[in-house]
Amino acid sequence: MELVTPGIGLIFWQTVTFIIVLFLLSKFAWKPIMNALHEREASIENALSAAEKAKLEMQGLKAENEKLLAEARMERDRILKEASDAANMLVETAKQKANEEGGRMIAQARESIENEKRAAITEVKNMAAALSVDIAERILRKELSNPQAQQALAQEYINEVTLN
Amino acid sequence: MKKLFILLFSFLTISANAVAAEGGEFKPGDMITHHIADDYTWHFADGVVLYLPVILIDNGQPQVFSSSNFYNENHELVPYNGYVLNHGHIYRADASGQPAADQSSLLDFSITKNVASLFLSVALLFAVFFTIAGSYKKNHGKAPRGIQSFFEPIIIFIRDEIAKANIGPKYERYMPYLLTVFFFIWFNNLLGLMPGGANLTGNIAVTLVLATLTLLITVFSGNKSYWAHIFATPGVPAWLAPIMIPVELIGILTKPFSLMVRLFANITAGHIIILSLFSLIFIFQSIAVGPLSVAFATFMNFLELFVALLQAYIFTLLSAMYFGGAVEEHDHVGDHGHGDGAHH
Repeated sequence: MELVTPGIGLIFWQTVTFIIVLFLLSKFAWKPIMNALHEREASIENALSAAEKAKLEMQGLKAENEKLLAEARMERDRILKEASDAANMLVETAKQKANEEGGRMIAQARESIENEKRAAITEVKNMAAALSVDIAERILRKELSNPQAQQALAQEYINEVTLN
Repeated sequence: MKKLFILLFSFLTISANAVAAEGGEFKPGDMITHHIADDYTWHFADGVVLYLPVILIDNGQPQVFSSSNFYNENHELVPYNGYVLNHGHIYRADASGQPAADQSSLLDFSITKNVASLFLSVALLFAVFFTIAGSYKKNHGKAPRGIQSFFEPIIIFIRDEIAKANIGPKYERYMPYLLTVFFFIWFNNLLGLMPGGANLTGNIAVTLVLATLTLLITVFSGNKSYWAHIFATPGVPAWLAPIMIPVELIGILTKPFSLMVRLFANITAGHIIILSLFSLIFIFQSIAVGPLSVAFATFMNFLELFVALLQAYIFTLLSAMYFGGAVEEHDHVGDHGHGDGAHH
């Protein structure tokens, strides 16, 4: 019974002391401690969020850089492609032109050969004609140098020209 | 090494008291009761006694004198100035030096061993926590150092795991009380384990005051829904009110009552067990029992170190839960009681 009977003296001293302790500790210990903890936590929180923000910014910058790089690479590829296209086209055109020119020259040559040939043949013909006439004149002259022969020939023609 | 000293000292004090009080014959029950009860003197060791002041209010008249007046040179109890110390209490003495029949309006406000220990613990609390508060100012915004870094996790634990988790957004108001009560109980539990230490937190008066403070804070911070739960418990038919209201009102008192008894009983029981283990040596009157007793008592001492922290934690946690219940906002009144009300 002794143990579970609270004594008035201890109740009094405990109440008074505890309330004083509560008051003094609240004012001079808990308040500054809690404030300091709160402040430190807030500053840590801030630092962390700032770091996170910086990280995000860095990531943004990196992405931007990569984008720029990719764009540059694409531009380069495009330019190279264009240049090679242009070169190809140039070669192609030159080849075509050369072909055309060659064709044209061959055709011209052929034509001039043809002309020459024709001219030569004509000349040969003319010469042959002149020669033949010349030969025929000489032969005729020789044949018709005696009056009998002339007579015979005339007779022959007359025979030939039958009056029909 | 320290542990050894502690054991040695407790051993010495117990043996000395046991022998001195009983004059040869050892009565473990009396020895243990004497050790866990309050006293007007403080025995640190055999022969090292601090006589504490006695303060009496006799019919409104204050009487202050040293408790050494109750002892003669042979360390026997004698009446002094019309008062007598009998079985750990001061009574008005009659002519023969025995407690008189009329003891009305004699109030004892003496600085007993427990009160002295209380003051000591308060001095320790102030020393520790004012130092820590100072280092927070000195190390402003920096990492904690020294004693500060030992207590900071505990303070943060009380704030986050006890106050925030159980009280909710209004936790900040209750932090000073929760921190004070936690460290008060813990420090005093530990001081009680010191050799020659007083059994302060194992005294029902101390736990009564602490539990009453928790009760008062709970009742005064009770909001509308807290009182609504008591006087018109949701989901309970009105005709049950004559039963429900008294039950709920008793419930208000049983919560702090359990706090009071739990702390008192746990700490006192721990002291009784350790003292009983040491008593075994004297009961068996054999030195062979010594090592066994010491081994068990050492184990119990470690357990008590844990209990000292655990009981401080439990008292604080339950206080926080009661505060939380008092300030909790019940948005859906019918939702209490397994959500049955939601289907109405």
